[in-house]
Amino acid sequence: MEEHLPLIWATLIGVAVAMYVILDGFDLGIAILFPFARKEEDRDVMMNSVAPFWDGNETWLVLGGAGLWVAFPTAYAVIMPAFYLPVIGMLLALVLRGVSFEFRWVAKPSHRMWDVAFAGGSMVAAFLQGVILGGLLQGVEVVNRQYAGGPFDWLTPFSIFVGLAVVAGYALLGATWLVMRTSGPVQEFGRSTAVPLLVTVIGAMAVVSLWTPLAVDRIAARWFSTPNILYLWPVPLVTALVAYMIFRWLRRGDEVKPFVGSVVLFLLGYLGLVISTVPYLVPPHLTFWDTAAAPASQFFLLVGTVFLLPLILGYTAFVYWMFRGKIGPGEGYH
Amino acid sequence: MELDPVLLARIQFAFTISFHIIFPAFTIGLSAFIAVLLMLWMRSGEEKFHRLARFWTKIFAVSFAMGVVSGIVLSYQFGTNWSRFSEFTGNVIGPLIGYEVLTAFYLEATFLGILLFGWNRFPPWLITLSAVLVAIGTAISAFWILAANSWMQTPAGHEIRNGIAFPVSWWEIIFNPSFPYRLAHMLNAAYLTTAVVVLAVGARYLRAGRHPEESRTMLRMAVGMIFVTAPLQLVIGDMHGLNTLKHQPAKVAAMEGHWDGSKAGALVLFGVPDEKARKNHYEIAIPNAGSVILTHTWEGKYPGLTSFPEKDWPPVANVFFAFRIMVGIGMLLIAVGLWGAFLWLRGRLFESRLFLRSVSQMWSLGFIAILAGWFVTEQGRQPWVVQGLMRTADATSPVPGASVAGTLALFVFIYGIVFSMGIYYINRLIKGPKGEVSEVPEGLPNRPLSAAEEAAREATGRPRGSGSGFSLGTPKE
Repeated sequence: MEEHLPLIWATLIGVAVAMYVILDGFDLGIAILFPFARKEEDRDVMMNSVAPFWDGNETWLVLGGAGLWVAFPTAYAVIMPAFYLPVIGMLLALVLRGVSFEFRWVAKPSHRMWDVAFAGGSMVAAFLQGVILGGLLQGVEVVNRQYAGGPFDWLTPFSIFVGLAVVAGYALLGATWLVMRTSGPVQEFGRSTAVPLLVTVIGAMAVVSLWTPLAVDRIAARWFSTPNILYLWPVPLVTALVAYMIFRWLRRGDEVKPFVGSVVLFLLGYLGLVISTVPYLVPPHLTFWDTAAAPASQFFLLVGTVFLLPLILGYTAFVYWMFRGKIGPGEGYH
Repeated sequence: MELDPVLLARIQFAFTISFHIIFPAFTIGLSAFIAVLLMLWMRSGEEKFHRLARFWTKIFAVSFAMGVVSGIVLSYQFGTNWSRFSEFTGNVIGPLIGYEVLTAFYLEATFLGILLFGWNRFPPWLITLSAVLVAIGTAISAFWILAANSWMQTPAGHEIRNGIAFPVSWWEIIFNPSFPYRLAHMLNAAYLTTAVVVLAVGARYLRAGRHPEESRTMLRMAVGMIFVTAPLQLVIGDMHGLNTLKHQPAKVAAMEGHWDGSKAGALVLFGVPDEKARKNHYEIAIPNAGSVILTHTWEGKYPGLTSFPEKDWPPVANVFFAFRIMVGIGMLLIAVGLWGAFLWLRGRLFESRLFLRSVSQMWSLGFIAILAGWFVTEQGRQPWVVQGLMRTADATSPVPGASVAGTLALFVFIYGIVFSMGIYYINRLIKGPKGEVSEVPEGLPNRPLSAAEEAAREATGRPRGSGSGFSLGTPKE
């Protein structure tokens, strides 16, 4: 049991991050699309469509951070200082967009400022999450189990590109969420923005897929050496197929399938990143075996997690189910 | 000037956590209040409880949002600013934070959705259940975070190997010596603070002649709560102090302004501690009273600051003054509770203009006391981040001072905007803007409903749980 703990925790944190990316992805995405909606009522509907959920969604980010600290304290203690500026920038951006959910309604009719904070904060948060991801993929300078680089090591053309790609990706999740959960002009808006976003996201995924093996030998070896390539070749193919299906569903007027397809697309991209980096938590120096907490600590929290995580997933699903159905124009939750 | 990363990191953390603590303290109390109101409404069917619950839920929504976003910041700041601390303590207090997320944060965040947005959608029992779950979630959250903080004050149940703390007994780690006192002190502080806010709001409405029925209920509930919790806080605080004397005597010496441990301690009512001269200037003190409080004997001795090497002293003046602010406010609130109870007994609670006018100005007192209390306990622990095990200076991240200074400036700027606007909006929810019929469409913080629709709903006679057309924020004039 003890020797499997790091792997179990790496999987759990991987799941938490995936949950975060998808759940907060669509509500950040809606905020990213916010400035492009034409009418005030449309923006109201957009915000209302995620208002009951965003707080729970963002809790996955806390679980990701706290989980990393609990299970892999050394990785947490290296990654946070390494990405000091983008992490704090992301948190401040999340502060601005989080309070906007409440302030915007209380401030009406003079709520312009919170429209800007909601959209701007979400864009910056999404962008910086991508930058951190890109920076991690490039690798982090570690000496003596401590971060040993400078304050701007993360800032490269590659990390900026990944940042922009994440903004587009979240926007795609947001657009397809609108197709699923709204009707009328807002749904139309979601549908019409989803197509160009889908093209952008697929393009960005292709660029990242080529850029990482070209820039990082370790990633090239992972994908293109035999026998790995024999197992891995379907991943890009399935991704392309899913993208095509989303496109068709959008054209055909399907409402739920485009969102589900976008989630699958995200999971495939995520799978690709996992394949590229496993077993490193802080590439290219620290694996999850190197940075694991004391087995007693990992075990202590695991015992609770085994019971609590299904419970959390259960009542999260319950609340989503309670708020199921479409939100019409000019209608909130009541 | 060379930027001192340790000092900057401390200022940044103190700044972000001070802003944060205000909101959870309020939401712990307020969620419990809302849950109680809803249960009273379910039981009695009296509409005033329902209206009060909905009114306070709006304010709760704004406070909770600010608490959540400022809390997420903290969960990452341990790593960004205190990476060596994170690595040193990760095995021991990391899981406590993990349990906080799993047992409390999800519960609060998920059921908050129903509490805020479900009023006209779901049956009253589900709203009430959600309020109860949110209130329980906030208290569970306090349990875990205070267990972690208390371990930093009075570490137990661990061993140190290779410069890292390892768990030995989880029971001893969680229920470390100062934890029960700190938990009781903080939870009671949250309920007391909220009661003071409710009292101030009730008094304001009553003075303005608005919503007399609801304001009387608020006054009665708040006075009853303060009458019980304010003296209780003194008792818990006294026990907490004795516990601190046992485990962190230097902190108590700074709190008391007690320098020479070879003499009986005086109770210093006022003074200006001087670390260089090792004495208090302008001292007003009751001889031997310190010994009576801390040792329960007339001539009892307890360590003074000079009993410790100077490098182990906390910043004496800060701890000394913060302690007096906290205790002073505590005494004042005990007096308010007694005064209110006396008036109630004489049947004059709603008539005494002096009482209503005084308490309507007091809404912020509990918050100030909570901040002062945290300054006492956190600065009193210095120069240690984990008492006796790790010095704060050894806990920081390998991050240049300029990065910390730059982000500190950003924190001050953005928190300054967000929190001043937040307090402004809460105040506006309480007052109601001038000249508007209803400040926010009735019921929930973000419901873009027109007044006409509300009236239509009213006319069709929807059952309870739907809007009543009444808003406590609505000016009658």
